[in-house]
Amino acid sequence: MTSLLETRQLSKSFGALVVTSDVDFRLETGARHALIGPNGAGKTTLINLITGRLQPSRGNILIAGEDVTSTSQAARVKRGLGRTFQINMLFRELTVLENVVMTVSEHRGRAGDMFRYAFSRRDIVAEAYELLERLRLGEDALRKVREIAYGRQRLVEIAIALALKPKVLLLDEPAAGVPSAESQLILDVMAELPPDIAVLIIEHDMDLVMRFAQRITVLVQGAVLTEGTPAEVMADPRVREVYLGEHHHG
Amino acid sequence: MVLPLPLTRSKPTAESPVEFMARSHRLRWYELLPWVVAAGAFLVYPSYLALGAQVMIMVLFALSLDLIMGYAGIVTLGHAAFFGVGAYTAGLLAVHGWGEPISALFVSAAVAGVVGAISGYIVLRTTGLTLLMLTLAVVSMLNEAANKAGSITGGADGLQGITLQPLLGLFRFDLYGRVAYIYCALVLFAVWLLVRLLVHSPFGRSLTGVRENLVRMHAIGAPVHRRMVTAYAIGAALAGIAGALQAQTTQFVALNVMSFDLSGAVLIMLILGGVGRLYGAFLGAPLYMVAQDMLSRLDPVYWFFWIGLLLVMVVMFARGGVLGVGDVIWHRLKK
Ligand SMILES: Nc1ncnc2c1ncn2[C@@H]1O[C@H](COP(=O)(O)OP(=O)(O)OP(=O)(O)O)[C@@H](O)[C@H]1O
Ligand SMILES: [Mg+2]
Repeated sequence: MTSLLETRQLSKSFGALVVTSDVDFRLETGARHALIGPNGAGKTTLINLITGRLQPSRGNILIAGEDVTSTSQAARVKRGLGRTFQINMLFRELTVLENVVMTVSEHRGRAGDMFRYAFSRRDIVAEAYELLERLRLGEDALRKVREIAYGRQRLVEIAIALALKPKVLLLDEPAAGVPSAESQLILDVMAELPPDIAVLIIEHDMDLVMRFAQRITVLVQGAVLTEGTPAEVMADPRVREVYLGEHHHG
Repeated sequence: MVLPLPLTRSKPTAESPVEFMARSHRLRWYELLPWVVAAGAFLVYPSYLALGAQVMIMVLFALSLDLIMGYAGIVTLGHAAFFGVGAYTAGLLAVHGWGEPISALFVSAAVAGVVGAISGYIVLRTTGLTLLMLTLAVVSMLNEAANKAGSITGGADGLQGITLQPLLGLFRFDLYGRVAYIYCALVLFAVWLLVRLLVHSPFGRSLTGVRENLVRMHAIGAPVHRRMVTAYAIGAALAGIAGALQAQTTQFVALNVMSFDLSGAVLIMLILGGVGRLYGAFLGAPLYMVAQDMLSRLDPVYWFFWIGLLLVMVVMFARGGVLGVGDVIWHRLKK
């Protein structure tokens, strides 16, 4: 069976530093999968490799069975990859609404249009605004991103990823650094994600992982230590040793 | 006055954000000020029309740079390359019998646009200092080529013998520069309409996205390189129109149309006026030219030093140029 997303012996080194080593990983339709591991384990790097922000030193990436290893980031987005960043990557000087309008335009293939006003496309703006309302960002729609609270900026990250209507959603520590009042909002949003999309979440907060994930992959020093259901992974003594032994929040 | 567009709203109102956005590109009264000034100057200063035409050509040139630098965020020291290509194209066409001015403008725009697309395709693979050096290299190479090809371009003596047919077959270019002034004003007006539409189009907004956050643009699937090359080529074509206008109205093309000096001058004009605001060019170019005129009379040898000092003051104390200062004052007054 072909998976929605698959990596084969994916490897990446920065000079002598091996950051990803022979990672075989699969994500199926509707998956709720968590990627955990200590700081510097190579979790973000794995997402960067999958999305094409980084080129692997070796190995392959397949989306729905098709090899995309040498394609551009844009081509992979077209095939259904959407992501958020561990550190906000937003258009800070633009409004929340325009951040999403830009994304919707891009998704619809209309972002290269030259001879009409961007915001006269009411259908596109309305789609963006509805998404914001769904994520409880409606009130912030016309404020600049840099003016809203950090927790809400994290929601804008998710809004942008969702505006691409991804088949595979890659979330890099969506709730990290968010005060608990606002992190509940992020949890709610995650619970309401469309059931048919595959979600991979990187997260240090084990409570959140246990609530959200059906499967967990543990990454240590760039390599997969183990993979399984939350119960299996928690029962694994090696996991307790390398990961839970030095419990992280952050 | 919020330039280019007020897309933010501080107080909540009943109007839905969708409708608020839909009317955000409406023309505002102050956007017509340059044209009122241009018409007024025509009536009030009949003996300065040649200078006026020159100013408008520089406004057009700076406007073309704003698209590239202000919106797409591509810093270039070689923008005069395209001004020069346009000037030589129009000049050579006229010298070789193609005296119809308007079609020659289109040809010049096309040639400059193609040169922009090709050079942009290559240099825009780099960023930062490398990019800056490469843009500089392009203008230097073209300058040297024009110098070497003296039998065609007139080399250091300049290209002479440019004669034009009457505009639309009706209006002869007169000695007072009346026709030239109106011609330049109309071309500038048309280009302004085009650029205004472009920067408010999805394409233009995506250029702003490229400038604001390149990493994010890639992650939402934007073909970033293609967008940048397209913007660069359009900016080059518009600069080519400015160069062509200069060749046509002065009936002469000097080697320095394609120089580092002119590239630097247009950059300074835009910074003085305000970058990425569409109207910075309209303020910066006249300001620069007036300052140059006054300073070179006061201090013929070191006038450029004073221009430099002015630039330093703007960069240190008024980052948004004249328009930026205007913004600040406007907001103070509103409070
Ligand atoms: N561009 C780069 N050049 C060199 N080294 C890098 C680069 N990017 C990441 N690294 C290194 O690769 C290793 C893995 O980094 P990565 O960001 O993938 O870890 P992570 O698992 O996401 O950690 P965290 O939990 O802290 O976010 C780290 O040692 C990091 O310093
Ligand atoms: Mg990380």
